[in-house]
Amino acid sequence: MFEIRIHSRGGQGGVTAARLLAMAALNDGNFATACPFYGAERRGAPIVSFVRIDKHPIRIYSQIRNPDLIVVLDASVMPAVDVLHGLKTGGRILINSAHKQDFAGYVTNHVDLTSIALRENLMVAGSPILNTPVIGALARTGIVSADSAKSAIRGMFSDERNIRAAEAAYDEVST
Amino acid sequence: MRKIVTGNKAVAEAVREAKPDVVAAYPITPQTEIVETLADYVSNGQLASQYIAVESEHSAMAACIGAAIAGGRTFTATSSQGLAYMHEMTNWAAGARLPIVMANVNRSLAPGWNLWAEHTDAMQERDTGWLQVYVSTVQEAYDTILMAFRIAEHQDVLLPVMVNLDGFTLSHIMQPFDMVEPGDFIPPIHLSEMIDPKNPKGYGTIAGPAEYFRFRWEIERSMREAVNVIEETQAEFGERFGRTYGLTEEYRCDDADVVVVSLGTLGKEAEVAIDILRDEGIKAGSLRLRWFRPFPELNLAGKDVVVIDRDYSFGFGGVLAHSIRSKNLVKVYSVIAGLGGQEVTYDDIAGFIRHRRIGEESWFGVNAHV
Repeated sequence: MFEIRIHSRGGQGGVTAARLLAMAALNDGNFATACPFYGAERRGAPIVSFVRIDKHPIRIYSQIRNPDLIVVLDASVMPAVDVLHGLKTGGRILINSAHKQDFAGYVTNHVDLTSIALRENLMVAGSPILNTPVIGALARTGIVSADSAKSAIRGMFSDERNIRAAEAAYDEVST
Repeated sequence: MRKIVTGNKAVAEAVREAKPDVVAAYPITPQTEIVETLADYVSNGQLASQYIAVESEHSAMAACIGAAIAGGRTFTATSSQGLAYMHEMTNWAAGARLPIVMANVNRSLAPGWNLWAEHTDAMQERDTGWLQVYVSTVQEAYDTILMAFRIAEHQDVLLPVMVNLDGFTLSHIMQPFDMVEPGDFIPPIHLSEMIDPKNPKGYGTIAGPAEYFRFRWEIERSMREAVNVIEETQAEFGERFGRTYGLTEEYRCDDADVVVVSLGTLGKEAEVAIDILRDEGIKAGSLRLRWFRPFPELNLAGKDVVVIDRDYSFGFGGVLAHSIRSKNLVKVYSVIAGLGGQEVTYDDIAGFIRHRRIGEESWFGVNAHV
């Protein structure tokens, strides 16, 4: 079982990113579940969503306590939220940032998803869309295949700019 | 085709396949996505139903009653306060023998305001004459809604069916699921006593003690007959679509010394606990009740029984634990857990089983012995 926690702010598409990732895993022939944590969420507030991927049907509904991978769609939550909480030793953290970041004991990748979205003019209500490019960056880490990621995105969005943004994130993510 | 959708969306997809004549509903968290999706389907032509946006849940059920008595297939969805507000009419729906199907997304009752999973809302409808089924996956929610229409409308049943799914835990989780082509799996609805303008009759008129008593017995007779109809329907569903359901779902129970009994998503989480305990050499099993009304016959003889209740009857105990004790004449370890969405993990469930105290009751996190 591979467990992922996604940190974002309400309205940034963290829940949709979770769903796309689960769909991509399904396209790979795996089982997957995606769920948001529902609390007092509102637009702009820090939120988390979860994805589980496994070769077998997933029977666990309780929250992920020790993720293998943390995704931070908005690094501005980091002063307020301990995004590394529970991350497995040697686990991976993927941050939406133009700058390299290091966390001792973890594998860190960064990619400037915001710039990619702006470049492709992927905007909703004045905010850059991060949920489709991040799937490209995640495909580069190997948790889902690039083809499955693209077909998951195409299954939900007809605008090819989403695919171009995912491809750009795949190419630009630090490894 | 395999898709990934929420429990709520899967319910709406199944309702679209069942083609109800009337959907009457009022939104309430966490079921709102069901009725929003159905409203979309009606407005974009994917579902040829009358959608009645009523002003309350009481009216939602009243509208379903009116439509059903005119011979229509009807659906509504609610949760928590909405179900409680509907209560007068849920009694009427069952008493008038109307095969209404309702999705109830289980949520605690206020105060304090709490939006999360608890079964007390449905347990308060236990004695109304509705059939009750509790589902544990997105796929099961979809499949069970399809079966619910056929079971409710069967001539040997003619009682309403409530399909329960855990608020947020199941209503909002996204899981893979397969849709089916139901074809003639759900036959056209036929009520012999529906309103016929050419042949006017009185409905809901006064009934003296003798008639009333007979009506009550007929509800119970149909409830007992419903066991056969459920089993036939589930068997045919399995033959046609490849997924087989029982009155209960048993997991590694056959040689078990201890069995944990639960409803809904806790029953799936419990299976993970069972695998952990088996690896430790503890012969444990999980028995998830799907159908709560009619209450299935269980075989628990000679086993230790741990019951998890995500509900409570104050001054008495857990409703499921009470049902198991009284129907099976066994002592149980009654664990009250998960009220108001309290997190209950597979490790917690394994702990309930390891540290069971048969004959006692524990409130998880308050005075549990784990």
